[in-house]
Amino acid sequence: MLTPLTEPLAYDFFLRALLASAMVGVVCAVIGSYMVLRGLAFMGDALSHSAFPGVVLAYLFKGPFYLGAAVAAVATALAIGWVTRRGNLRGDTAIGVIFAGMFALGIFLFSLIPNYVGDLFGFLFGEVLGIGPGDLVALVGLAVAVLVVVGILWKELLYTTFDPLGAAASGLPVAALDYLLLALIAVTIVVSLQAVGIILVVAMLVTPAATAQLLTRSFGRLLAVAVAIGALAPVVGLYASYWLNAASGATIVLVETALFVVALLFRLQAGRRREVLNAPA
Amino acid sequence: MSAHAETSVQREPNASRAPAVRVEGVTAGYDHRPALQDVDLEIRAGSLVAIFGPNGGGKSTLLKLIADLIRPWSGTVEVLGEPAGEAATRIAYVPQAELVDWSFPVSVWDVAMMGRFPRLGPWRRPGQRDRDAVAAALERVGMDQLRSSQIGSLSGGQRRRAFLARAIAAEPDLYLLDEPVTGVDVTTQEDLMALLAAETSAGRTAIATTHDLAAAAEHFTTVVGLNQRIIAVGPSSLVLDPDVLQRTYGGHLLVLGNQAVVLDDAHHHDSASGGEQHFHERPERR
Repeated sequence: MLTPLTEPLAYDFFLRALLASAMVGVVCAVIGSYMVLRGLAFMGDALSHSAFPGVVLAYLFKGPFYLGAAVAAVATALAIGWVTRRGNLRGDTAIGVIFAGMFALGIFLFSLIPNYVGDLFGFLFGEVLGIGPGDLVALVGLAVAVLVVVGILWKELLYTTFDPLGAAASGLPVAALDYLLLALIAVTIVVSLQAVGIILVVAMLVTPAATAQLLTRSFGRLLAVAVAIGALAPVVGLYASYWLNAASGATIVLVETALFVVALLFRLQAGRRREVLNAPA
Repeated sequence: MSAHAETSVQREPNASRAPAVRVEGVTAGYDHRPALQDVDLEIRAGSLVAIFGPNGGGKSTLLKLIADLIRPWSGTVEVLGEPAGEAATRIAYVPQAELVDWSFPVSVWDVAMMGRFPRLGPWRRPGQRDRDAVAAALERVGMDQLRSSQIGSLSGGQRRRAFLARAIAAEPDLYLLDEPVTGVDVTTQEDLMALLAAETSAGRTAIATTHDLAAAAEHFTTVVGLNQRIIAVGPSSLVLDPDVLQRTYGGHLLVLGNQAVVLDDAHHHDSASGGEQHFHERPERR
C-alpha cells in the first residue's frame, strides 16, 4: 500500500534529492517573501541568469561551481544596486541591461567549450537527482547561513521593506540592508541552482510567497504558508517526477504553480462570496 | 509613558536646552534642481511646528533634511544637538500616505511594533516592554480595537492613526510628519493634533508639513512659511496674514476681502478644512 511512497526511498540519491530540494524550497520561500513584498521578482530572474557565466568559468578552470556562481550572482546584485542608485536609472532598466549582458557572457563562454557538456546543461534545468553527498553538505551549509542571517535581521528587513523612509529616519541602515538582501538573494539562487536550474529558480523564489500572499494578511502567516509550500512542493514534485519519469526541477515548479492557481481560484471565489453577502438585499 | 519622558528630559538637561533643530545656510535639492536655498531655521524643543508653502516649495525636502534622508548641498543641519543622522533613534518619521504600500500584509499592531525596532537593535527581539509600549500607543490613538486589522482594510483616518501609533511607540524626542492631516476627517484631525499637542507639552518636538492653512492656524503653535527660502517664522496667526501668504504663495494666491484663497495646482483631497482657505495640491512625489 505504501510502496509508492517507500520504494524510491531505497535509493540514496532520492533521499539526498528530497532533503536538498526541501531545504532549497524553504530558503527560497523565506527570501522570496521579502522579494515579493519589495517587487524584486524580476531581480530574482536576473540574478539566476547572471550566475551562468560564473558557472561556466568555474567549469573551465575546474573550480567549485558554487564559488563561480556565487561570485557572479553577488557581483551582479551589487552592480545592479549600484547602477540603480548612482546611474539615475529605473531599477528594471538597470536589471534588464546587466542581466542580459551577463547571460550573454555565459552563453559566449559556453560556446567556446569544444565539446557538448552535459554538466553545464544541468545547471540550466536542474539536476537534483545528481546531487552528491559533498554537494549536499555545501548546500545545507549555505542554506542554514542564509536562514541564520534572516533570523537575526528579520525585523530590520521587514521595516525597511515596508517603509524605507521611516526606517532610515529612525536610524536603520537602509542602503546596507538593501545590499544585504540582494546578496542573500544571490546566495539563495546559488544554493538552488542544482535543484531547479537557472531558468526555473525564480519560480522557487516567487511562487510560494505569491501563493501565501493570496491567502494571508499578516507577514508572519505569509512567511509560514510560504515555507510550508516551499518544504512540501519539492517532496510532492520529486515523487511525481519519479513515478512519471519526468524532469524533477520542472515537476517541482509545476506543483508550486498548481498550488498558486488553486489559491488564486480560492481567493476569487471568496471575493465573489463576499460580494454576494455585501450586496443590498 | 509620560513619566518616562520626564525622566529622560532630566537625564539629558543639555539636550533639552539645545534647539531641537538648527538649520544653517542650507541649500539642497534633487539632481541639479535646488528645492531649498539659503535656509536658516531654528526650532526650539517643545514646539509644535507647521511648515506651509506652495507645491514644490520645499516642505518635504526640509523635513527630509532634518530626518537625514537627504544631505544638503551646502550648509549644516543639527538635530537634537547633534549633526543630522546622529540622533536618528530619537526621531520618528511619518511619511506621506501616498508613499505607503497599503496592500502590504501587516496589521495595525505590526506597524506600531516597527516603531520599537530601531531602538531594539539587531540582536534583541520585541519583549514585554515593547508590547506594553505598542499597546499604550494604540490605545492613545484609539486603535486598540483594530489592532489585528490589515492596514489596507482601514479608512484614511485610521491609517493615519496607525502610523501615529508607530511614532508614539518609538518614544521619540522629535516627530517629523509629512502631511499628517491631509485628507483625513475632522475627528481624526482633532484627535491627532491633540496627541501631538500633548507630546510637545511633555517636552518633545513635532514638525509637520501641511498645505492645510486652516489646520496650521488652528492646531499649531509655530508656523514656517516656505517657498524655496524661509518666508516667515512665527506664531500660527501668521498664516492668516495676507502679506505673508502673498509672499509665500506668490501668484497662486487670491485675496478676497480678508479671505485668502490659494490657487495651487489641482488635485485630490481634502475633506476637512472648513475654514476660509480652500485649496488643493498634488502630493509631491520624488
